[in-house]
Amino acid sequence: MREKTWVDGLLDYFLNSSTAVKVLASIIAIVGGLIVGLVIMLILDPSRAFAGFSTILFGLFRNGTQSIGNMLYYAVPIILTGLSVAFAFRTGLFNIGATGQLTFGAFFAVYVGVNWTFLGSFHWVVALLAGGLAGAFWGMIPGMLKAFRNVNEVVASIMLNYVAMYFSTLMVKTTIYNQSVARAFGPAESAQIPKGFFETLTNGSSLNYGLFVAFLVTAILHVILAKTTFGYQLKSVGFNRDASRYAGMNEKRNIILAMTIAGAVSGLAGAIMFLVPGRFLTIESNLLQEGFTGIAVSLLGLSSPIGVLIAGIFYGSLEIGGFYLQVTTQFVPELIEIIIAAIIYISALALFFQNIIYKTLKKRKDARLEATHE
Amino acid sequence: MTPVIEMNGITKEFPGIIANDNITLSVQEGEIHALLGENGAGKSTLMSVLFGLYRAEKGKILVRGQEVDIKNPNDANELGIGMVHQHFKLVDTFSVLDNIILGYEDVDRGFLKKDEARQKIIELSEQYKLKIDPDALIRDISVGQQQRVEILKMLYRNSDILIFDEPTAVLTPQEIEELMKIMKALVKEGRSIILITHKLNEIQQVADRVTILRKGKKIDTLDVKDATNEMLAERMVGRKVLFELEKDPHAPGETVFECEGLTMRDPKTQKAVVSDMHFTVRQGEIVTIAGIEGNGQTEMVYGLTGLKPIERGAITLNGQDISHEPILRRNLIGLAHIPEDRQRYGLVLDYTLANNLILHNYFEDRFQSRGFLDKQAIESFAEHVIDKYDVRSSNGADSMARSMSGGNQQKAILGREIERDTDVIIAVQPTRGLDVGAIEFIHKELLALRDQGKAILLISLELDEVMRLSDRIIVMYEGEHVGEFDPAKTSPEELGLYMSGSKRKEA
Repeated sequence: MREKTWVDGLLDYFLNSSTAVKVLASIIAIVGGLIVGLVIMLILDPSRAFAGFSTILFGLFRNGTQSIGNMLYYAVPIILTGLSVAFAFRTGLFNIGATGQLTFGAFFAVYVGVNWTFLGSFHWVVALLAGGLAGAFWGMIPGMLKAFRNVNEVVASIMLNYVAMYFSTLMVKTTIYNQSVARAFGPAESAQIPKGFFETLTNGSSLNYGLFVAFLVTAILHVILAKTTFGYQLKSVGFNRDASRYAGMNEKRNIILAMTIAGAVSGLAGAIMFLVPGRFLTIESNLLQEGFTGIAVSLLGLSSPIGVLIAGIFYGSLEIGGFYLQVTTQFVPELIEIIIAAIIYISALALFFQNIIYKTLKKRKDARLEATHE
Repeated sequence: MTPVIEMNGITKEFPGIIANDNITLSVQEGEIHALLGENGAGKSTLMSVLFGLYRAEKGKILVRGQEVDIKNPNDANELGIGMVHQHFKLVDTFSVLDNIILGYEDVDRGFLKKDEARQKIIELSEQYKLKIDPDALIRDISVGQQQRVEILKMLYRNSDILIFDEPTAVLTPQEIEELMKIMKALVKEGRSIILITHKLNEIQQVADRVTILRKGKKIDTLDVKDATNEMLAERMVGRKVLFELEKDPHAPGETVFECEGLTMRDPKTQKAVVSDMHFTVRQGEIVTIAGIEGNGQTEMVYGLTGLKPIERGAITLNGQDISHEPILRRNLIGLAHIPEDRQRYGLVLDYTLANNLILHNYFEDRFQSRGFLDKQAIESFAEHVIDKYDVRSSNGADSMARSMSGGNQQKAILGREIERDTDVIIAVQPTRGLDVGAIEFIHKELLALRDQGKAILLISLELDEVMRLSDRIIVMYEGEHVGEFDPAKTSPEELGLYMSGSKRKEA
């Protein structure tokens, strides 16, 4: 009789844990996406492909703590929009309106940031909350339409993305317009999210307290979903609306609340993006990409808050890798977008991978069992 | 004589379960061979292997003495094997004729040769007394007729080995009678039939031989004339089964659940699906609504429980008018509901068993404090239900509901609803699709509840069940109350006449 080794233990662990298999599938998707990126680089410029590829992977270590700080700085809004999408998704709703909620939140945050200078040291907190509240309102609208009129939240929130975008350009022009540079004023210094000790810790990177907001929101959403009766209801409605109704849950209220919370989180993302020096609301008609990246990150993070946090940070690292890629080689940063897209495509095949992983593990285990019997 | 079908040592595995373990089956030409077993015993898997839906890991299949490799249903069809599935595979908006020729069309330069097909179908239907209008649309004909279309489909393809998967589940007693005659006529013509079933009476009625499966293994093959129901049941379940339940005399108390003039309309077609329905249920009695599927029972229950709004009528629960109350209020006043569709309404399949068991009461103080779920209390409540109602699963309270068998899912729902300790319980087809052991268990529990003084409204399509459990029987036909019966003074045949609309009592 052969002794049970750690390999058997590991096989058993993966065979019995669907989460572990899912995580493995996500990791395969990431590796697959990176390989696609590498192949493209090899085609474009074989001689520098590997150097460029290592820049993508390890760019975040290039400038010590500063690049790590910047990576986190990039990651924060993505984590938040990812959380927004993931939270709604757990309630069975597809929040494709994160970008609209983000834009709406960003405008109000900046508006408060520019005008309400009387608030003193609370200024940035109020501006941040204004962004969250505005986003909540913008998320609530498709929630209510869904709950009371059964309007598909995907359609409603896509439309509201454009409404938010044009609303923002209109309001910027009429309220906080900086004529000389044809864009909005930046927030007053008191409204900028403080960098605090990050300033010295990360050697002057752009990282600010927004990171704590991302951590805090992750923790709160995790606790709501995993521990509370509220989360129990939300997930129940998300998994099976009919059974939840049958059990007497108020699925309409849950849908509205879920969308409102999701909106608030996207609104916070908007506030954090624009309550910084050097970034301004524009009057161009462009949807902000961070909202859509959130969908990808949510998918990659398996719609779990902690998964999204990790996926968001990973995204930040690619982003910083892309930045250095542009600086040090002639590869275009769009390559990063292609890699992300490939990862998303591959993670859409997650189920397929899960089955393959399961079968491979099972085969390994059977083979080992048979070896044992001999 | 060479058997027409021989399956030797068939083994088929699914992740975590061996559905067929070295099963051997041999079917003679011209016989009706029943395949008996509980749900999950591997009957359907075995037939799916024969029909080419699954491929076995081990084993051989011989058709008329020739070893064959059946890769897909087309291969099976070519070998003359046809199957009537439990859930019919018909296109609703196509005519009977179109459905029969679908996938087997005769074509002349790209044009369908429908006239010849029609001729052949009419001939077949006359030969086997399968009365059918070839031009009717599937959605307009009854379930019994749809089944005939499925049978005709097999005959049209010249199949002479016919597999029937639980064919009587959806039929009335009269329709079952008809089907049995048709099956006998088919074997007389030299065709062979494999009948998948868990109903012992049907086997006694038509089958020549029976093969019994239990937990993926073949237990026995018997001549039906040598087998009694008790014997078959024992081999199927693996222990003795009670056929007659002890039932105390009926001693009803006060009326606790009442419905008057209940009328509901289909929002799309504006047709009344429930009209002027009325009944009362008293403490300590089981009142059964009998009827053929699709006669408004489902909608009526939705109306009673609040899942759908009602148009007119009054529903009274414990003296309170609940006609327009939200579901939560009805639950709290004291209405338990064992739903018809346990996967759609009864369970959140992606929740663990423990989470499913608190679906109605998660907000009660015993399961939470200040909005935080009390994991331990939930777990121990789950253990209690699992223990008391013998709910089996791979991983106890932490099992995903999705991974549980139908019978255990139903036991979990039953346990949950009983534990809510309400005065009124609505049980809709509580034993649908379950095996003998589980049915026996659920029947006993329902009778025990009745004896405790609960008021039970049972909705059932199975006349055996209706006769066995009811204190009063109400027949529903096309959404209406067409008669009330005392089970001691009526027969399944009489009920069948009312259920099919042939007779009705004047109110």
